[in-house]
Amino acid sequence: MNSSLETAAHPENLRRVAIEPVSRVEGHGKVTILLDDANQVQQVRLHIVEFRGFEKFIEGRPYWEVPVMVQRLCGICPVSHNLAAAKAFDLIVGAKQITPTAEKIRRLMHYGQMLQSHALHLYHLCSPDLLFGFDSEVALRNIVGVAQRYPDAAKRGILLRKYGQEVIRITSGKRVHGTGAIPGGVNKSVSLEERDLLKKDIDEIVAWGVASVQMVKDLHRQNPALYDHFGSFRAGMMSLTGKNGALDFYDGTLRVRDANGAMLFDGVDYQQYESLIEEEVKPWSYMKFPYLKSIGSENGWYRVGPLSRIQNCDVIPTPLAELERKEFIAYSEGPMHAPLGYHWTRMIELLHAAETIRDLLDDPDIHGKDLVVKGQRAHEGVGVIEAPRGTLFHHYQVDDNDLVTMCNLIVSTTNNNQAMNEAIRTVARQYLSGNEITEGLLNHVEVAIRAFDPCLSCATHALGKMPLTAELVDAEGRLVHSLTRE
Amino acid sequence: MRAATLLIGYGNPSRGDDALGPAAIDAIERLAAQHPAWGKVEVVTDFQLQIEFVTDLAERERIVFIDAAASGAEPFSFGPLEAKEDASITTHALSPASLLTVFRNFHGEDAPPSFLLGIKGYDFDLGVPLSAAAQRNLEAAVAMLEQWLSANCAASLCHA
Repeated sequence: MNSSLETAAHPENLRRVAIEPVSRVEGHGKVTILLDDANQVQQVRLHIVEFRGFEKFIEGRPYWEVPVMVQRLCGICPVSHNLAAAKAFDLIVGAKQITPTAEKIRRLMHYGQMLQSHALHLYHLCSPDLLFGFDSEVALRNIVGVAQRYPDAAKRGILLRKYGQEVIRITSGKRVHGTGAIPGGVNKSVSLEERDLLKKDIDEIVAWGVASVQMVKDLHRQNPALYDHFGSFRAGMMSLTGKNGALDFYDGTLRVRDANGAMLFDGVDYQQYESLIEEEVKPWSYMKFPYLKSIGSENGWYRVGPLSRIQNCDVIPTPLAELERKEFIAYSEGPMHAPLGYHWTRMIELLHAAETIRDLLDDPDIHGKDLVVKGQRAHEGVGVIEAPRGTLFHHYQVDDNDLVTMCNLIVSTTNNNQAMNEAIRTVARQYLSGNEITEGLLNHVEVAIRAFDPCLSCATHALGKMPLTAELVDAEGRLVHSLTRE
Repeated sequence: MRAATLLIGYGNPSRGDDALGPAAIDAIERLAAQHPAWGKVEVVTDFQLQIEFVTDLAERERIVFIDAAASGAEPFSFGPLEAKEDASITTHALSPASLLTVFRNFHGEDAPPSFLLGIKGYDFDLGVPLSAAAQRNLEAAVAMLEQWLSANCAASLCHA
């Protein structure tokens, strides 16, 4: 159910705290918190401050350009958009079944991305909070601080990310803007020399995956009161699952469980996603709020990403990650809803990605020459994958002139929109109500948002365009206090 | 053996003048064939700088970062770059100065001599081409960089 803190009864009488933009997330977000005279929280909202308009950007373009073009939506997970678009356009070019080589190259690319994205998130963006504390000294709470105090962990993060990027470079042909996945297949396979380059380090990568899970698991065990309850709220869980309910980031059918873990939907063909999901527009945010159509917007919102995927699947098809999944499930005795559980499950996924890469590097199909198939042309296709941040939908219609006439994207962060709002409202109630606002307390709100690893915008970053300021503004709009991250 | 000179142009080619960094790299690649005396010059483009770039910076004689600048001098600014922690250290996209700081912590020594070329841009909207003014600034910046490379480098171009 939606939180009562979404809209205050009399916002005009309240003090306003803004965290703008939220740091250590991709893109620009803003949190506003309205407080009454007793510093009790009355309203909390996560806003997206930039209108993206990507769908209109895509419409009118030739369809074959789109899998490359959509990579520019995001500087962090371009591969996700490339693959989701390619899967949608597979159907439009009549490639109902791509070749084994094409599918395995796509998987290799995708699992490489999962590895690099999850490593970046934990080691660069979140480990400062987790290792030093949410209200620790600001100057220390960053990757440089981690590198000084925990040099091995910092190096591990950088080299895991580097390895994932190498997998992407080799499978897509270029470091960025590669044309790895194209409608009907892929542009290249992996040579023996390229495979050997990746194989050289993969055992160490898997070992670092194990160490990464251990690091987060230890944090949970050392402070269960914090890790198991911080910002915790109940929510349903949605993800793709593969054959036999296995964890699968690349393909499968849609599964939704309720907050108790009971199955609501299973085996839903994502071509029919519009029968399952609807999106609500709220006047205060550019980002839509998806929900399960059959339940309605009030109670039908859900959570996506690692915390959902690991609890939604029945098994992980690689041995080390499966052991970790079982331990995680046993630990929480019922679904874990605490946002900090994202970190634990994200590292289980990182380990699974590393193990899958190792398996794929031993698969002779990745060297195949049969790369592309085509069949009877169609006019519509939906592509869905599990991106690092959660379920990603790409839906296109194409006319007889090969131009895109309709594009609908539901990105992972949009799927988590209501859930992120619920998380920060819970944290605001737990930590902010009745207290004077400090940077450390505001960081608690950001910690809850960062747990979801949201991607709020795309990769514009020109010099001079990245202010990071939190302001406390009174009901008349006067600046009371300002905190700037130098 | 790694190339002595590394040029990193970054920005989103679909975001108007944010494409200035990659566009400068394209222009330098075209010019390189005319300048065998530049020696080994490696070029890299990306949307944004990230932590793993510290592995690209090692074992160079010089590094030039090239980015669009929303503020600053016209047509461009160019100068040496020092390691510095700034707000970008907490984001997905590092500034070049922050990257040099991460380099120092990762490698235990200062990064090779580094320079920042900031080319003034004006319009960063999604889907728009380079603005005419940015195009002029790009040409001026590339001409300067061509001279600078001729003065500072020696031997063949290779790609990342």
